[in-house]
Amino acid sequence: MLHIPCPHCGLRNETEFHYGAEAGVAYPDPNALTDIEWAKFLHIRANPKGWLAERWVHFAGCGRWFNLWRNTITHEIGPAYLPFTQQPKAPDNIGKEDSKA
Amino acid sequence: MSEISFSFDDKIFKGIQGEPMAAALLRNGMLSITNSTYHNRPRGIVGLGVEEPNAIVQLVSGTKESMLPATMIEVTSGLEARSLTGVGALPEHPDEARYDKTNCYVDTLVIGAGVAGIRAAENELRTGREVLLIDDQSEPGGHLRHLGLELTASMQNVLEQKNLTYMRRCTAVGLYDQNYVIAIERRSEHLGNAAPANRARIRVWHIRADRVVLAPGAFQRPLIFANNDRPGIMLSHAAATYVALHGVKIFKRAVVVTVDNQGYRDALRLHRYGVQVQAIYDARPGAKGSSVDAARAAGIPIRFHATVIDTSSNAEGACTNVTLQDLDTKEIFQTDADLLAVSGGWTPIVDLATHIGIKPTWSEKHAAFLVNQNTEKLRTVGMLAGDFGGDDDPTIFFGPELDSEQARHAYIDLQRDTTLHDLRRAVGAGLSSIEHIKRYTTIGTAHDQGKTSGMLTIGALCQLHGGANGGLSPADVGTLSFRPPYVPVPFAALAGRERGLLTDPIRITSLHQWHVEAGAVFEDVGQWKRPWYFPKPGERIHEAVRRECRAAREGVAVMDASTLGKIDIQGPDAGIFLDRIYTNMFSTLPEGQCRYGLMCKADGIVFDDGVTTRLGKNHFLMTTTTGGAARVLSWLEEWLQTEWPDLKVYCTSVTEHISTIALVGPKSRQLLSELVTDIDLSKEAFPFMHTRMSNIDGIPVRIARISFSGELAFEINVAWGHARYIWERLWTLGRPYDLTAYGTETMHVLRAEKGYIIVGQDTDGTQTPYDLNMSWIVSKKKEFIGKRSFQLPYLKSPGRLQLVGLLPLNRDEAIPEGAYITVVDAGPDKHGKTPHTGFITGSYFSAILDREFALALVADGPSRMGEVVAIPIGKKVVRATICDSVFIDKENIRRDN
Repeated sequence: MLHIPCPHCGLRNETEFHYGAEAGVAYPDPNALTDIEWAKFLHIRANPKGWLAERWVHFAGCGRWFNLWRNTITHEIGPAYLPFTQQPKAPDNIGKEDSKA
Repeated sequence: MSEISFSFDDKIFKGIQGEPMAAALLRNGMLSITNSTYHNRPRGIVGLGVEEPNAIVQLVSGTKESMLPATMIEVTSGLEARSLTGVGALPEHPDEARYDKTNCYVDTLVIGAGVAGIRAAENELRTGREVLLIDDQSEPGGHLRHLGLELTASMQNVLEQKNLTYMRRCTAVGLYDQNYVIAIERRSEHLGNAAPANRARIRVWHIRADRVVLAPGAFQRPLIFANNDRPGIMLSHAAATYVALHGVKIFKRAVVVTVDNQGYRDALRLHRYGVQVQAIYDARPGAKGSSVDAARAAGIPIRFHATVIDTSSNAEGACTNVTLQDLDTKEIFQTDADLLAVSGGWTPIVDLATHIGIKPTWSEKHAAFLVNQNTEKLRTVGMLAGDFGGDDDPTIFFGPELDSEQARHAYIDLQRDTTLHDLRRAVGAGLSSIEHIKRYTTIGTAHDQGKTSGMLTIGALCQLHGGANGGLSPADVGTLSFRPPYVPVPFAALAGRERGLLTDPIRITSLHQWHVEAGAVFEDVGQWKRPWYFPKPGERIHEAVRRECRAAREGVAVMDASTLGKIDIQGPDAGIFLDRIYTNMFSTLPEGQCRYGLMCKADGIVFDDGVTTRLGKNHFLMTTTTGGAARVLSWLEEWLQTEWPDLKVYCTSVTEHISTIALVGPKSRQLLSELVTDIDLSKEAFPFMHTRMSNIDGIPVRIARISFSGELAFEINVAWGHARYIWERLWTLGRPYDLTAYGTETMHVLRAEKGYIIVGQDTDGTQTPYDLNMSWIVSKKKEFIGKRSFQLPYLKSPGRLQLVGLLPLNRDEAIPEGAYITVVDAGPDKHGKTPHTGFITGSYFSAILDREFALALVADGPSRMGEVVAIPIGKKVVRATICDSVFIDKENIRRDN
């Protein structure tokens, strides 16, 4: 079970959180997009091997959404940061070999 | 050491309090414990601990738990057990024992209290860390204990440090991400009748450690040879321990077969405790080491480059003779033996490490898969890391070459009765991956999950592909990997105290006790207990529901609607916010009025609905479906926090703050006017979808003209704690009106008659508002979540499931909910299946229409009005006509009565 640093409450078990897929995907102007672009926004998110900035919500705690770096291969947890703040750099890629494999 | 009696298969045995049942049984001459599951062959005890594949027993006393290895049960006075042939039986009665769960955070968790584990704990303590040391045995020491040795003073000193907690009988069953460990502590069973009544039998530990040190030790391996499964054939370390430590005297003449120096050490122990060791047969061409010298000095004959190839038995199936083979000359020779002690090398316990995806690496030197980890967070020590103690020198050997007849009785997995023959068949069938072979042969899928058979399978595959020494290494064949749990865990332990009433929170309304006293039958809606119907004495559900429906349509009826989700929404931007959330407009809603709203997800699919009331300029009260309250609040928060932080809006769940009483029926106004005198309830003064503040006997209430039945109806909203008073007042005043309480079933019938949807029942996650005939609620003037998606071709294409009504041709014929709808006389398609064109979402008997009716999702339904469709129910086919989803009062005359 992941140990996730909520920016407001500190380290808590994964079971207190809900997952919200890739972070940093801005809500577009729906009417400026073609049908295909809109469908892509609705349904397509990055799912890379390695480090990914993700959205999480501490639903069983403070109820706040935040963003978090997580390595999808090694399950390492990187820094958490609040929405609309500067995104920290991806952690040094310890799982690099894996992510290339 | 106190002597006790226990029973096994209805026979009474003497044992020593706390010793393993396996030891007591062996000392009492129980060589053969059971018969194997599939081949019905006699089987005896093989191992020392959780790796035991044969001696699986069921408790007859206490919890009656089954599938426990006799090697892990500590005997106590009065213990009763029986043998199992590989299949346990669930007890007929619930397990009444107590089970606990607890959490633990620690600097360092050391798993395994053998020599390596205790040394590792010492190192951790030295750096000032707090240590939790867990071990699955009843005493610390690991192999030291098996050898009958005491802990050294310095090791004892480690265990007494105040920064160290040692937990015995505590098995780590799973290692997960970020050093999360689940361990099972057995707390009371070893005490037998002396156990305190309130002590948990098992405590499940949820441990989060900054660092985990794995010191699990190793299992000894068997070898593959013909008839290697007979009682009397044991792992040498187990045999020597039972003889030396537990006083087992049933073995007279032993043969030791080995691939390493461990066999010599075990032969010496057998020899010292009075077993005549005929000879040690060592698969290696030669051997060095102190144990080899000691065996030689003790006069035990040693024959190198020789091993066992077959055995024979007496009438009871126990081993009596051993057939051996010179690996050079292939010469065969025999010797008699009632104990064949086998040392096939060590298999370090890689299980926990593999739980988190670590791949063990093959070591030629150790003839074993090892895990070498030395990070800040995870370390491996002892045999797992390759520390075999310096005098082992194993060769890579899993058994001699066997012909096809011998292979049929050469067992790899004793629990599954799978043999070398089965393995060859799997390879012959073209399987090469160890994972495929496991599934094809079932090796490693039994109770012990391949603790002894996993490595043998890899070894045998090496031989099949050119011999263990023929260039192919086990590393080329595969690696061991395991999933949690390491040992079976009783479901009762995982459930803990969350059983029965404590399984899930129960939510009740402030009127619950009234419903109970009124004899309501309840149904679960999420965690809520809601009255389903209120039967009068002797009434069955359909009679009660018809009576309740008639009361609502002809007189006056009352329902507890307090479970509706309620979200208080405040802030200067609340109106704009709701405009974006709902498909229809809310910012223009005048204060004191209500509006029905529909919300979609961004993909255009209907998500929830409900009535929202504007209580003030910056204040709204949203209601949601009973089951959707939490989901909707999360949805609102997600948009506020992650997309629209500029909006000044605050959302608060107030479901349990406000009770809602729905007063429904043509006489509802009349009845309410007896209770509410400070406002004008007339239809002119108090129109539909308006709300008024009032008071009842000084209690503030908010009354709304909202209807989920199509009848004239009033909702009385009152602080949770006052609801019972208001309800009682209504009930007293309502007696002359024959006021009738109704439950969710009647609510469903009433709403379906009027064609009001329930999101989640009349939708299947593919409906847009248009599919529900609700284009009227979709605003063209503003942007809202989901709007763009309505332009997507696939949400406009033909064939979509859309809401309609259905009337069975036979008015008394009920159609089951969920039934599939087909075109009349539709032939089978090219797959031989009858294509369906929709399904029934709700089906009821209408008292007012005096007939059965249904709501359904039908492909292009609204354009098929009047079409007769067929609904196959088993062998019968019900026919029904597609009709509008509103069955009564399309003109809303009743509502505005």
